[in-house]
Amino acid sequence: MSTNPTTRIVGAAVPRKEGVDKLLGRARYVDDIEREGMWYGATVRSTIPRGRIRSIAFDPNIDWSEFAVVTAADVPGKNRIQLILDDQPCLADGQVNHCDEAIVLVAHPSKTRVRDAVSAVTVEYDPLPPVFSIEESEQQETIVWGEDNLLKSFLLEKGDVDSAWATAAHIVEGEYRTGAQEHLYIENNGMIAEWSADRGITVWGSLQCPYYVYKSLLSVFALPEEKVRVVQTETGGAFGGKEDYPSTLACHAGLLSMKCGHPVKMVYDRMEDLAATTKRHPSRVRHRTALDSNGRLLAIDIDLATDGGAYATLSSTVLSRATLHASGPYSCANIRIRSRSWATNSVPYGAFRGFGAPQAIFAVERHMDEIAAAIGFDPIELRRRNFLHDGDTNATEQVMREPVILDRLLDRALSESDYHAKRARYARDNAVSPVKRGIGISAYYHGSGFTGSGERILNSLAGVDVTPEPRVRVLVSNTEFGQGTNTVLTQIASEALGVSYDDLTMAPPDTGAVPNSGPTVASRTVMVVGRLIERASSQLIAMLREHAGLPAPHTREEFFAACERYRAAHGKVESLCRYEAPPGIFWDDQKYRGEAYPAYAWAIHVAQVAVDSVTYSTEVEGFWAVQEIGRVLHPVLAAGQIEGGIAQGIGYALYEKVVSENGHMANNQMTNYIMPTAEDVPPIHVFFEEIPFRHGGYGAKGIGELPHDGPAPAIVNAIRDATGVSFNSIPLLPEDLFVRLCALLPVEEPAIQ
Amino acid sequence: MRGNAETHQLVAPGTLAAVLELLAADPGAWTPIAGGTELMVAHAAGRLTAPRLVSLWGIPDLRFIHATPETISVGGGATFLDLRRNAELAEAFPLLALASGWIGSIANQSRATIAGNLVNGSPAADSSPALLVYDAEIELVSVRGSRRVPYSAFHTGYKRSVLAADELVFAIHLPRRFVRHRQYLRKVGTRRAMAISKVALAATALTQAGVISEIRLAAASLAPFPTRLLRTEAALLAQPVTRGTIVAARAALLGEAQPIDDIRSTAEYRRRVGANLIEEFLLELQQETQRP
Amino acid sequence: MNASWPAIRFTVNGELRAVSVPPMKRLLDVLREDLHLTGTKEGCGEGECGSCSVRMNGDLVNSCLVPVLQAEGAIVQTVEGLATKGVLHPLQEAFLNCGGAQCGICTPGMLMAAAQLLEQTPHPTLAEIREGLAGNLCRCTGFMRIFESVLAAATQAEPEQPHAR
Repeated sequence: MSTNPTTRIVGAAVPRKEGVDKLLGRARYVDDIEREGMWYGATVRSTIPRGRIRSIAFDPNIDWSEFAVVTAADVPGKNRIQLILDDQPCLADGQVNHCDEAIVLVAHPSKTRVRDAVSAVTVEYDPLPPVFSIEESEQQETIVWGEDNLLKSFLLEKGDVDSAWATAAHIVEGEYRTGAQEHLYIENNGMIAEWSADRGITVWGSLQCPYYVYKSLLSVFALPEEKVRVVQTETGGAFGGKEDYPSTLACHAGLLSMKCGHPVKMVYDRMEDLAATTKRHPSRVRHRTALDSNGRLLAIDIDLATDGGAYATLSSTVLSRATLHASGPYSCANIRIRSRSWATNSVPYGAFRGFGAPQAIFAVERHMDEIAAAIGFDPIELRRRNFLHDGDTNATEQVMREPVILDRLLDRALSESDYHAKRARYARDNAVSPVKRGIGISAYYHGSGFTGSGERILNSLAGVDVTPEPRVRVLVSNTEFGQGTNTVLTQIASEALGVSYDDLTMAPPDTGAVPNSGPTVASRTVMVVGRLIERASSQLIAMLREHAGLPAPHTREEFFAACERYRAAHGKVESLCRYEAPPGIFWDDQKYRGEAYPAYAWAIHVAQVAVDSVTYSTEVEGFWAVQEIGRVLHPVLAAGQIEGGIAQGIGYALYEKVVSENGHMANNQMTNYIMPTAEDVPPIHVFFEEIPFRHGGYGAKGIGELPHDGPAPAIVNAIRDATGVSFNSIPLLPEDLFVRLCALLPVEEPAIQ
Repeated sequence: MRGNAETHQLVAPGTLAAVLELLAADPGAWTPIAGGTELMVAHAAGRLTAPRLVSLWGIPDLRFIHATPETISVGGGATFLDLRRNAELAEAFPLLALASGWIGSIANQSRATIAGNLVNGSPAADSSPALLVYDAEIELVSVRGSRRVPYSAFHTGYKRSVLAADELVFAIHLPRRFVRHRQYLRKVGTRRAMAISKVALAATALTQAGVISEIRLAAASLAPFPTRLLRTEAALLAQPVTRGTIVAARAALLGEAQPIDDIRSTAEYRRRVGANLIEEFLLELQQETQRP
Repeated sequence: MNASWPAIRFTVNGELRAVSVPPMKRLLDVLREDLHLTGTKEGCGEGECGSCSVRMNGDLVNSCLVPVLQAEGAIVQTVEGLATKGVLHPLQEAFLNCGGAQCGICTPGMLMAAAQLLEQTPHPTLAEIREGLAGNLCRCTGFMRIFESVLAAATQAEPEQPHAR
């Protein structure tokens, strides 16, 4: 049943479009696929974080004539991955700038023999001094990138921050840090490439953005557009980790295929995927905040820094989103945010669900609780006093024209979690219990879609067509990787066309078959592309009414009959639409002022924690999330997104640590990179408030990344409530907690009351 | 998968006698493999240096749990799921049943064997602390016959034991004299399931007339191999449980513990939490002895 | 050269199969490469993620840790053996209705673990479900809907409306 009276399919919990195949074990992920005559590829990687390559030696005991060997010298076009700055080589050429950087590729018909080749290549280096932290990089004593190590910077200014300090009743400062985080999709990165001199190159693989991979292949292979084809295979999780990395892997597999003349499969094992691919940017965020005696924010001054790793990749756009989320969902007349992304010799960081917002929101939401404690305010009340309301302006002076219902969300979150009663109970009980309990919140927004003029630049094209079967196909380059793209887009189309959900299918995610409707990132799919599908469907109805006698209203049978009449006259039945910006979008990319995002989703998270004073472990005992995301198009999928994102956020806060030794991930095994299991996740309670957004597909705003922003600050705020100690850095492991909690307690003294 | 299956020989003679013959004929040449939960991980990582392996999987001579009024004997080939499913063992040796449920997941417990856990000899082994506080005896077998050693003398160093090149662990014998003992086992891992132990403590104790008349303590990851905490036991024997003895026990444990920093945790954390665990156990013991 | 390896025989999803492969080849690889049953997945190769879980002789095992020689004479079930003659197993039906699968890569192993659990404990508590699935990592769902799916399947005696495929 649809949850909305005006739609039958949109709003209903229809079965996942590709669900049955997944449940039968029939879904074909890249490693399930074989191509005739296929070889297997593997990679020789740098063992040092920075240095010049002095020599590459091939063990003479191996018969190298059996193998295909590729180095940078074999790249036919530009040895650069096409992304934003194009500074990242496809293969290291003369120098390596991070551990596990790809230097030599090898391929062989045997999966086991190719591994022998990897160990038989010896690279010698002249090491150069590496840089591993934001602090080292910003000192600029050792330059590892460009002229000054600075990958990107922004300065956002609203009002006059410096005038506020003198009149402030309170000034509170704080510094907050977040660590790297690994996506840990259960399916590792993988690609199959097939190159031929006359047909060009085709790749099949686990990826989010077919046209991103396409762009890199064009450039690396110097091929014309019709000779490059990218096909997404069923993808076992991505979370941003397959936004840019697949371009590199596709080029690698393609180069080997070109060298050996056979299709080449490259699928990473877990150790390689963990060590060599992108992770979330670590951050350091400094807040300085002025308030009046009523707890109203007078000025917000933020210095935000991220570690971008050895190449720029997506550091500039991650920094952009971090900057635009740094001051929180609060109204303040004076805001300054200085943000910088610094190059280091770590494996390049990249996109990961939230894309800079989790880092920025951790800092501001922790800081709000620190402010509350410092000035003697209740943390709930402090937030209420400063929430944005309809008509207020945010940090970029965007007027909140769409309703902002933070108060309502907060009321509901407090009620559902029984926040006040628990807080009081814990305050009493903690004194006599070895388990200290606490409850904490976070409040935030997440901007849906690309920043400012991003969508205009993407200029997405999408639509539907009808085959003689008859089937209606959604034509998009947006991909399914668990979040429900296939289901929601076909729901939208079937609703708008007046046919049944089962009549719809997705056209293959193949650049040879579908237009470029933009990448599957930034929580834009349902809002932006869904809207295009909605419009294209309405456009098709209009075409059929005008040219094929489709009556109004129409039945499903009448629709298909009209399609056949249209096909007879015009050859094909297809309707495409291009992106149109909502009216009144103004964005200044230099001053970072204007409509930063077309829409915002809003959320309140509440975390209940138990801190064990014997083991210093923290467990999340309960989690509540109340959010407004526009219209809920599919209640099960939407809740599933929130629950999954929260589980990842819990991992980010308490379990997931990337241990780096000399720039190499030392804990690159699942046994040592710890994510929560089925026994660790708390009951997660999800509630939606709906305010349809008129420019999103059937009223929807973005949802995919929203849930990863809130858990970490809510949890660490709850830990502060439980223990009275402020922790400002995540991941927060028991080893970190114990150092602070026991700072004044000698180890010989009894610990348990 | 970095290992090459073609470069390893694996045979499955199917009986204990045949396996022992093989081990005796060429000592050190054949690596026994039971459930594979350690060796197959090494194989996938390209680290399995054993060219010849002999399978112990499913050999009935090794996979048994026998109970007499005095002893429960667990065959070396018994899986941890076998242990959990045996009601008599769970009742007589609850700490062992508890530890068995902590080995990885259900899928690991159905394959990991108790002998494999011991012979692998990790200082973090889940079953070791319980076996130590139950006075387990290990029976080793070879073509030369069988011999028994107290489990407390089985490990001699980091991943080193008294097991000879031609020997297998035939059985673990558990004396059924802990029914009245106060028992404690707590494992501290990185998460609730699928966690390698950062530190763990097992204890069995008897009190009489308000003092500790028997005490056995064993820890994981506080020494290079699973071992009893003899100095801490000495500090507690014949003592009442008071704040003073808790302080003494903490001090003794801190004195004899030799934890290290590794990829999972820090020496300082292990030291602190180890001391907390002994305190937690003693508080439970105190509550127990104070009951009328 | 297959001829050099003695045949290893076992039953998979009710069918007797024979393979001539090195005895140390992982059961996971034999299922996927030699028997072309690609439903069982490799996520880690360490026995941590459970995406390679299959049922062998009535127990749940991680097939990445089983040398195929040890499967000689065994009865093996993979995800491909859950549905019968095109009719979804109640667990598959429940996962479909409750959103238990998102990207689907953990799903085959998860279904095996859930099927094993329900066979041992037909009406599990939530705590028992958590324990039974603790060895199967899912990065997408946060587990909530997987728990719901297993509970739904447990209360269902027979599939009410089978989706025939």
